[in-house]
Amino acid sequence: MNNDIRSGQKHWLFAGALLLLTVLTLGSACQGQEWPYFVTYSAEMEEPGNLEIATKSVIGKPPNGNRFSGTAMEFEYGAKGWWTTEFYLDGVTVAQDSTIFTGFRWESRFRPLAREHWINPVLYVEFENLNGANKSMLEVVGHDGLPDFAERNAVARQDKQRELELKLILGSNFKGWNLSENIIAEKNLSNGPWEFGYAIGAARPLKLEAGTRKCNFCAQRFAAGAEMYGGLGDRDTLGLHNTSQYVGPTVNWTSLSAWTLSFSPQFGLNDYSVPRIYRFGISREISQIFAKMRFLHRHGEGQ
Amino acid sequence: MKRQLMVLIFSLVSAAALLAAAGSDWLTQVPARDREKTNPFRDQPQALQAGRLLFEEHCAQCHGDNAQGKSKRPSLRTPRIQSQATEGDVHWLLCNGNVRHGMPSWARLPDHQLWQLVTYLRSLKAAQ
Repeated sequence: MNNDIRSGQKHWLFAGALLLLTVLTLGSACQGQEWPYFVTYSAEMEEPGNLEIATKSVIGKPPNGNRFSGTAMEFEYGAKGWWTTEFYLDGVTVAQDSTIFTGFRWESRFRPLAREHWINPVLYVEFENLNGANKSMLEVVGHDGLPDFAERNAVARQDKQRELELKLILGSNFKGWNLSENIIAEKNLSNGPWEFGYAIGAARPLKLEAGTRKCNFCAQRFAAGAEMYGGLGDRDTLGLHNTSQYVGPTVNWTSLSAWTLSFSPQFGLNDYSVPRIYRFGISREISQIFAKMRFLHRHGEGQ
Repeated sequence: MKRQLMVLIFSLVSAAALLAAAGSDWLTQVPARDREKTNPFRDQPQALQAGRLLFEEHCAQCHGDNAQGKSKRPSLRTPRIQSQATEGDVHWLLCNGNVRHGMPSWARLPDHQLWQLVTYLRSLKAAQ
């Protein structure tokens, strides 16, 4: 049994090292303006052919519960100018409990309008195959809240959640500000009513004009704003009763080498929410991933 | 219920694909008020330098280090960009993209930076 676990850990370590090596080898400086949101989606799509690899973590401690850290690893690919697809792997660590893999998600975003408008809509469809121990909090819907953090991993993971999630993403860019609003509807495919939620965010680069020299810590490389999100109940009990709500400032920094670091302390607005959570994110964008792989393949054959 | 969901997803995906596929030559689609916009940074050396850095950061991966095009991505030194299109046209293209042909929208960049990019792109004409 122990050998199996060690063998499994070795495989994960190997996969992680391989991923890191791939990112470092294939990565070239390429970055768009990243907005510092953790839950809210902006209407911006991934550039076609680019792959973004990111992790988003959330740390918190519910009252009368153990400290937890939920992490989602994301692989976002720009399939077309109007279609971005993303795959997530989720896991959780709970103090005095365990670290487990909690499932995966696969989503696609479609931009229906070719031109920019005052408000730009994007349609979002996601399939989730998660278990009840998942705590990455990438969305808050229905009556998600403190009771979800009470059970031990071994018990919570028995609850399988195969869900369909739809979002209407609305985004506007005005005088350097980005305003994004998400309306969320989620359905457990085996049972349960539709659940609803929302997320809104506003952010702006610290400087609107680009500088005349390359620098890592210029103001234009930082973006700051605020984010608010929460549940809106479900089809049977629509409203704010027994829903969790969060708000907090958020900031990110994008380096010249295309790494983006994000941070946000967020605060629960009612007794049904975790009082304080801290979110961290790291992402790296790799431009034209398949073109680079083809080049490396040809180069390898030529040698 | 599952069937209704499948129909809903199929409809959304189809609508998105159809709408995204609409559109042809971008230059004919630029509204007059956008075409007539003037570049607030025109001929400013600092804006040109900033625009060059922005180009290296955001555009060179597809259009090549010298904007001469790369793979299937077009050159930005063509008469179409350099003389046929106005500065307002180029700004509109950066802002809206040409989604059907793989050019993303750069509306996420502040307007100042888009104009700095336009300043650099239009300077390539002289460098031809």
